[in-house]
Amino acid sequence: MKALSQRRRHPMAAIALLLLGLLVTGGLYAVASTANEAKAETTYSASDIAEGEKLFVANCATCHGMGASGTDDGPSLVGVGAASVDFQVGTGRMPLQMSGPQAMEKPNQFTEEQTAQLSAYVASLGAGPGIPDEEYLEHEGLEAEEIAEGGEIFRVNCAMCHNAAAAGGALTRGKFAPGLADVSEKHIYEAMATGPQNMPVFNDANITPEDKKKVIGFLKTIESQGSPGGADLGSLGPVSEGLFIWVAGLGAVIGFTVWLTSRSS
Amino acid sequence: MSDHSNGGPHASGTVTTAGQGEAEKFRDPGLPPHRPRLADVDPRAEKRAERQVAILFVVSIIGTLAFFYAYFFIELDQTIGTLRLQNLVLGLGTAFAMLGIGVGIVHWAKTLMPDHEVAESRHEIRSESDRQDAEKIVGDIIEETGIKRRPLIRNSLIGAMLLAPLPAIAIFRDLGPLPGDTLRHTMWDTDVRLTRDPDGTPIKASDVTIGSAFHVIPEGLNEAEHKLEEKAKAVVLLMRLNPEELNPSEGREDWGYNGIVAYSKICTHVGCPVALYEQQTHHLLCPCHQSTFDLTQECKVIFGPAVRPLPQLPITVNDEGYLVARSDFHEPVGPSFWERG
Repeated sequence: MKALSQRRRHPMAAIALLLLGLLVTGGLYAVASTANEAKAETTYSASDIAEGEKLFVANCATCHGMGASGTDDGPSLVGVGAASVDFQVGTGRMPLQMSGPQAMEKPNQFTEEQTAQLSAYVASLGAGPGIPDEEYLEHEGLEAEEIAEGGEIFRVNCAMCHNAAAAGGALTRGKFAPGLADVSEKHIYEAMATGPQNMPVFNDANITPEDKKKVIGFLKTIESQGSPGGADLGSLGPVSEGLFIWVAGLGAVIGFTVWLTSRSS
Repeated sequence: MSDHSNGGPHASGTVTTAGQGEAEKFRDPGLPPHRPRLADVDPRAEKRAERQVAILFVVSIIGTLAFFYAYFFIELDQTIGTLRLQNLVLGLGTAFAMLGIGVGIVHWAKTLMPDHEVAESRHEIRSESDRQDAEKIVGDIIEETGIKRRPLIRNSLIGAMLLAPLPAIAIFRDLGPLPGDTLRHTMWDTDVRLTRDPDGTPIKASDVTIGSAFHVIPEGLNEAEHKLEEKAKAVVLLMRLNPEELNPSEGREDWGYNGIVAYSKICTHVGCPVALYEQQTHHLLCPCHQSTFDLTQECKVIFGPAVRPLPQLPITVNDEGYLVARSDFHEPVGPSFWERG
């Protein structure tokens, strides 16, 4: 102890202390970061990874490069995680049909097994968000309060692009946020976790897995319960509602006017 | 002169007046011959029309009854289905209650009430004698009140009438106070932590991974006295991108932290929340009028009607790793206002 107190005024003491502080912070940060992504890290077999690599080389490497290191035509996939592959390939967005403002959803090009193998290969290249655990997708048991909470999280974080009724909406220069009806729980979760294309990432520190489950519960609830006010006209707001009232409403007014002023037979 | 005569039989060419010429050009066609309606001539048609009117009124009665049925007897349970049914019956009931009466009365007037044509001639707009009468009445009133002869009454009346509107000033004053400098300040201040909207939990810098977007409120907002007023000014969008992609201008290099930047979410056009963040193009889009802000150019307007960039909130990290504000915004947030200068 004495030796330590004698050396505390040593010129190198400040630097040593600084180094110690940095090491502790860095260590804690690493622990915290891995804690964020530790969940649902499915273990893939070596044969899955090998099969996935074959599929990747044949179907994806043209744009994403050998070893998924990226080219001018496609980003590097190192560290994007299995969730990203499962979303992009599982919804048919990848492989890309043609370049455009954004990748379009289309019929799936790969079987579930092939998708899992591709995910396994990309996940083996670097740690990233994994495929979500079943427990965070099973929203049936949620209380009404939790679903309402999910609605609040949705309105704060998602509704500006995806529309308050999750009907989707336009972005800049031909891009758009898709409607969320008929999207599977797993794909909704993966989209939040990985931020596909222009969607921002909502990592587990921002929206916890439990909160993501509540959001999914809310989306599935509004999808199944329908609109409280009857016909929702696509939930697109003033555009479709305005068109309806200008055509049907004014049409009725004109019809009544014609009838009012016509002679009775 | 002779071309004014219009070739009328009595036109002499020298005494033609404009009035006569017009009378010949526009002959009053008179009323068309009166055509009796079916209900006027056929007693069976009359009875039928009577029944139709009565049926329309009964439709209205049924509509009102349907409204009350839905109001009192459709029990609302936890599902939205019963609410939808109730809404539907309430709406249809009210619509038929009103339409039944309206359509019934019009149908009654059109088929059964007399429909003979009446021509009413226009009477003179103002006659000179009426005007003189009115003038005399005003004169008489002034004379009888004696206001000219009784200055005490006149002056006290003038005083009362000058004072009477003054309470209005006090009442309109209560619409205030004037905003003063409240539009120039928000809840943000040095070392106020950035917290998540809506639950108010603080955000660590390490939580914000590249590509993330956080919707942020100042710490303590949920407990603030005028929560919504404060929120309307203080909401912030927090984003992280590669630090190389940010191009901070001089003096603003340290307003972000490691590529994490915070910008006001209130559009500088008319104040909608600008929160449509595209993480690849780094564009922020306002959903109301499509103003587009470029995050890599300090939220400069690159499209749309907004004219000023979004104000940036200077942020840093405190000892515990939480994101905190360095200060309040350096300019008023949101749309322009008169005194903004």
